[in-house]
Amino acid sequence: MRDMRMLTFANRSFKEIIRDPLNLAFLFGFPVVLLLLLSAIQANIPVPLFEIEHLAPGIAVFGLAFMTLFSATLIAKDRQSSFMHRLYTTPMTPADFILGYTLPLIPIALSECIVTYIFALILGLTMTVNVLLSVLFSVPVALMYIGIGLLCGSVLNDKQVGGLCGALLTNLSAWLSGIWFDLDLVGGVFKKAAYLLPFVHAVEMERAVLLGNFADALPHLLWVLGYAVVLIALAIVLFLRQMKKQ
Amino acid sequence: MPAIETRNLTKKYKDITAVDELSLTVEEGELFSLLGVNGAGKTTTVKMLSCLSAPTQGDAFIFGKSIRTETAAVKKQIAVSPQETAVAPGLSVKENLALICGIHGFSKEKTAEKIEEVTRLLALSSVFNRKAGKLSGGYKRRLSIAMALVSEPRLLFLDEPTLGLDVLARSDLWDMIRALKGKITVILTTHYMEEAEALSDHIAIMKDGRLLLCDTPDNIKQNTGEGSIEAAFVKIVREAM
Repeated sequence: MRDMRMLTFANRSFKEIIRDPLNLAFLFGFPVVLLLLLSAIQANIPVPLFEIEHLAPGIAVFGLAFMTLFSATLIAKDRQSSFMHRLYTTPMTPADFILGYTLPLIPIALSECIVTYIFALILGLTMTVNVLLSVLFSVPVALMYIGIGLLCGSVLNDKQVGGLCGALLTNLSAWLSGIWFDLDLVGGVFKKAAYLLPFVHAVEMERAVLLGNFADALPHLLWVLGYAVVLIALAIVLFLRQMKKQ
Repeated sequence: MPAIETRNLTKKYKDITAVDELSLTVEEGELFSLLGVNGAGKTTTVKMLSCLSAPTQGDAFIFGKSIRTETAAVKKQIAVSPQETAVAPGLSVKENLALICGIHGFSKEKTAEKIEEVTRLLALSSVFNRKAGKLSGGYKRRLSIAMALVSEPRLLFLDEPTLGLDVLARSDLWDMIRALKGKITVILTTHYMEEAEALSDHIAIMKDGRLLLCDTPDNIKQNTGEGSIEAAFVKIVREAM
């Protein structure tokens, strides 16, 4: 019964997200356009950072930042509407809500990674088992971004979510991830701050997995998982608090 | 067993008493209206009875289950149609109804049966596959009520169900609400006095969180010497100032 409640709600969350054409554009269009554009630049002015085996994992991770926007927007809109009030008067439990918002984003995240790697393969990436593993390793990264989304959606309204998760987070996760420029070029506090945050670890983990360097991937995976666990735990606390406030 | 029995139900927000020692009984199957000006405590009362907000003092029993200690059991027997239309905008009418059936753990067969039943009752078949976000105000309101009814509640809270609807849509909805009488218990909160008069078995009038009066529409008119509930309401509330 509990599984049915949660799965029904998860199904609803999935439909609400994928039926928004803007979400689909962000999800599949944006990473693919970036991949094509930067590969074109690479073809004319070769830069090691934009070689396809470096670029593809970075763009796959960057695309996952939209999981934050999707989850935060859905929760914030639900919270602001009477729809959430209705659901609070049903037998749904806090666990049903949290899982119902989290689980549908995992197949969405996986599909974003799969599409990114398919285009990377078309652009010259060699097909190995590591490509499949890279897709699998995107799950903890997705959970980390979903955690940020749950957190923001639990405390912000949809306009604030748009600004914070749409603009600020995507920019931060781009600058501080080493996707577009080598962090050694800036160095100093910037680099130290970047390595205290999860974004660069997510990218370096994906790059290491794609190259088959699993020992190198492990410490980065721990950073990402650590952030994911803390963010999701914090999000649960804040979601329950706002649920009680209602 | 009464559908609702409140005992000194009280809700305080810091130094404001939104509901003050409310004690009333609603019998099963009746249509009961809560009337009051803004800030009278109607919405807070409904929030407490639907387990959205915990009472500061007192308790209420929904079919014998405490709203303080047996919220899960209470939630299985109630449904709420909030004042604002509470629908999932990206889902179709059918999917919205199926969502609620799924949340209540209905089987596939029962879901299909209940959806067909409420679709007929609320006349939603012409918009059955349309996205809820694209519906007119009247249809959204009907869907919102259908979503409350589809879960087979024994007790239904209708908060301002006809707010913002045109005369025809309101009349249609009144007929639908009348059709529920005797089958389930309905608690109606409304600003429209003629709506309460036309539909209710009993009316409770609240002011500043307190219950001023609870009686049948005919008795209220007779005891105040007024010809309509609206006039009686004005008289009762003014006298309480």
